[in-house]
Amino acid sequence: MDKARFRDGLKDGLPIALGYLSVSFTFGITAVNMGIPPVTAILISLTNVTSAGQVAGIGIIASGGSFAEMALAQLIINLRYALMSLSLSQKLDSEYNLAHRLITAFCVTDEVFAVASGKGSELPARYMYGLILLPYVFWSGGTAVGAFLGSILPEMLKSALGIAIYGMFIAIIIPPAKKQRGVLAVIGAAAALSCVIFYVPVFGFISSGISVIICAVAAAALGAWLFPREIKEEPADD
Amino acid sequence: MTDTLYLTISVATMALVTYFIRMLPLAVFRKRIKSKFMLNFLYYVPYAVLAAMTIPAVFYSTELVPAAIAGFAAAVILSYFERGLLTVAIASCAAALAVQLIIQNFL
Repeated sequence: MDKARFRDGLKDGLPIALGYLSVSFTFGITAVNMGIPPVTAILISLTNVTSAGQVAGIGIIASGGSFAEMALAQLIINLRYALMSLSLSQKLDSEYNLAHRLITAFCVTDEVFAVASGKGSELPARYMYGLILLPYVFWSGGTAVGAFLGSILPEMLKSALGIAIYGMFIAIIIPPAKKQRGVLAVIGAAAALSCVIFYVPVFGFISSGISVIICAVAAAALGAWLFPREIKEEPADD
Repeated sequence: MTDTLYLTISVATMALVTYFIRMLPLAVFRKRIKSKFMLNFLYYVPYAVLAAMTIPAVFYSTELVPAAIAGFAAAVILSYFERGLLTVAIASCAAALAVQLIIQNFL
């Protein structure tokens, strides 16, 4: 039973892990190009496990920024994880103790969260460990390969791999949007707002991390207000 | 301050801030949320986050915007027919690569 859940997690984690490979590989190359030692680049991936925050972080290190600047940038860019962790905490099963929570928290990424929230049932720790393992290994491993080997892939292939992670995001959000008008509305609102912030020059000062926070809060609140779902005693997805 | 010390404290700062953002809501707020609005809000958050992170960033995720649009279209179509994550991701890369090859070799 427990082993089956772990394997179930591993299976769901594999596509995430493969998606991370190209991103972390690119991160490794970028870090070394910025003058970060390969070992430091790998250490960052091992201890952070987040793309946007890490890319911002190596930029700050490369420019010799202060520790306060680093802390504030990470707080702003990664604040969305607080929302995800809060949401995830509602879905963990009754045997999810503090130790399990402290370990799981280490690896709450956008993709891990998305797949975990898509599960219809409560989440056991075994499943979450299975889900996290391969993405973590591939994230760190990809960074190591990128940092040490530099550009072994032809430029064109590297470029095409850049879209992989977004393909996964799309595969996660479209199927439920077909069945639930609320999800469709939330996706539409978030995408529209994100475009406004990105393309309208007045909002040029808003970084991508803050933009995600604004879009997420606004669109999810809109969905909760206009498309409330039936809440059962045990909140579970359809 | 030596380079090694600066790097070490920087990385530690990154890691600690990021970890606490993730850990506090997961480990400390352990009560079930009762508010209907809050439960609905949290249900919709992942879809909002993923949509906002994908659009418009996906269009600039490859070197050429037309290639990215092709990859985006492939992903949307296959997702509509409920293909798995990996299938969609690979098809998206393949479509982007194909358009990239066409543009760079024939146009």
